[in-house]
Amino acid sequence: MNLAYRDIRHNLGRFLLTCLGLGLLLGVVLAMIGIYRGLVADALTIARAPAVDLWVVEANTRGPFAEASRIPGDIREAVARIADVTAAGSITYQTVEAEHQGGKLRLYVIGYELTRPGGPPEIAEGREIARSHYEMVADRSSGLTLSERIQLGRKTFTVVGLTQHQVNSGGDPAVYITLSDAQKLQFDLAPPAARVQLARGTGGANLDTVNAVVARLHPNASASATAATIRRWKHLAAITQEEQELILSRSLVDRARRQIGLFTSLLLVVSAVIIALIIYTMTMEKLKQIATLKLIGAPDRTIIGMIVQQALALGLIGFVIGATLIVNIKDYFPRRVVLEPDNVAVLGLIVFAVCLLSSGLGVRAALRVDPATALGG
Amino acid sequence: MRLEGISKHFGEGETRVDALREVSLEVFPRQVVALLGPSGSGKTTLLNVIGCILDPSAGSMELDGELVLHDGQWQRGDLRRLRLDKIGFIFQFHNLLPFLDATDNVAVVLQLAGVDIMAARKRAGELLNDLEVGHREHAMPAKLSGGEAQRVAIARALANNPRIILADEPTAALDSKRAGIVMDLLRKLAVEHDAAIIAVTHDEKIFDRFDRIFQLRDGRLDGSDPTDSMI
Repeated sequence: MNLAYRDIRHNLGRFLLTCLGLGLLLGVVLAMIGIYRGLVADALTIARAPAVDLWVVEANTRGPFAEASRIPGDIREAVARIADVTAAGSITYQTVEAEHQGGKLRLYVIGYELTRPGGPPEIAEGREIARSHYEMVADRSSGLTLSERIQLGRKTFTVVGLTQHQVNSGGDPAVYITLSDAQKLQFDLAPPAARVQLARGTGGANLDTVNAVVARLHPNASASATAATIRRWKHLAAITQEEQELILSRSLVDRARRQIGLFTSLLLVVSAVIIALIIYTMTMEKLKQIATLKLIGAPDRTIIGMIVQQALALGLIGFVIGATLIVNIKDYFPRRVVLEPDNVAVLGLIVFAVCLLSSGLGVRAALRVDPATALGG
Repeated sequence: MRLEGISKHFGEGETRVDALREVSLEVFPRQVVALLGPSGSGKTTLLNVIGCILDPSAGSMELDGELVLHDGQWQRGDLRRLRLDKIGFIFQFHNLLPFLDATDNVAVVLQLAGVDIMAARKRAGELLNDLEVGHREHAMPAKLSGGEAQRVAIARALANNPRIILADEPTAALDSKRAGIVMDLLRKLAVEHDAAIIAVTHDEKIFDRFDRIFQLRDGRLDGSDPTDSMI
């Protein structure tokens, strides 16, 4: 007979309640991991959306996400003429607040050239933008629906298509409009003085500026080599897709990564302490029984096995409860929660190790029990 | 079982306490003997030494023909196994494991000795029937009456056919009628199993149930003339 199982069954209600508490704690740990993963995924999603190999940005910047970048729109023509480039497109990015259903809706507006790289990676519902002006593809998380109309700047846009998982690192849902609409929107939203200068043509800037030009290369082309070529041009810098993702994950999410990492580590430590205390308490409540077992001839391994098995059962059931909870409610979080099977598996292994180590306190107490204490009242 | 010159002291120097002073006694199979004495006289200490859970300071002990203790040194490495095979324990408050039913409380001892669980449960059932608590074989200890629990505890003590049964105040929690029943039962079992029973007790109601009574005072055994004992 398994003493650990029999003891658990005898106090099943209390044991399950303890598992539930631990499960909620582990669920929070999983949620933190998922939130971080979601943060990274969101940060990289916009950068990965165009599915390009190269980003041409303003010289000496690491734009267009980590730093501001503004380059003339006609750079796209020059980039497209490079031998290894199969397609190139200009892109603008800006954050805009719009009125929506009586409240403010914060949107990450992406302007792109139709039929060129930079548009929405998928259309989940509706269609792509077909007209030059005032059509929009919005991410589902914006809450916008097909055929809905929303004012950006001075113009009203109609939602013709919906995409998904397109949010920036700050969690703002992305909307795609044509490049010309986006440039016009920048003008509409610019400070009045700047708009006057621009209209007069005396401001030193013109409407046709973009944040970046993106390029797709031939499959066998070297992105690094092409980037090196572009870097030799004046006033421009070129960043490969890989470098861009590295910049994003290091700069934009670095602080969040450390914060969440610290918090997750603290939670794991707290979980370990709680498991240790629970197991220790469960053991202390059984001291008389342990003494009796030792007196009647139970070997130490039987007693150790009982305690360790209970610790592992606690961890396993708690982990299953926590994982099940988070997997089922993660879609209701305001930010994306990404949980890969390997995240869950690694945490499971950590919980296993923690339970094993935490049971050490209880095992130590049990091994020190004097069988003579079973004698006497 | 034979004890010769068993001594046990705790502490040294000014703090030294001599719990046992050269205690010698002999118990034969089928005997039921009592250890009496005031509080602090060394009864529990002696019981712990006989039960191989306390190291004496000096002396020898022979158990079932085997020299297990010589000059204060245990002659066997695995005392736990010795207890499992040769010694049974009956406690004042039965000390049944609360998470095992009556059958499994008895079977666990057999399982610890390496008996297959099915065979252990079968043997446990037989013992419980012998002790007239077979009808409560699946009851949890919390549901047993005091007398029933004590019988289950006795069955557990007998499970591995021990040569010595050590009983620490076996009837203290029982009324006089049940106390007498338990002692008669123990005597019957001692005869049937060819075992000896050593009981620590203060219960005057059952003094007449013992073959011999050993009186401990300040760690010494009072001269208890064996020729006066009734076997």
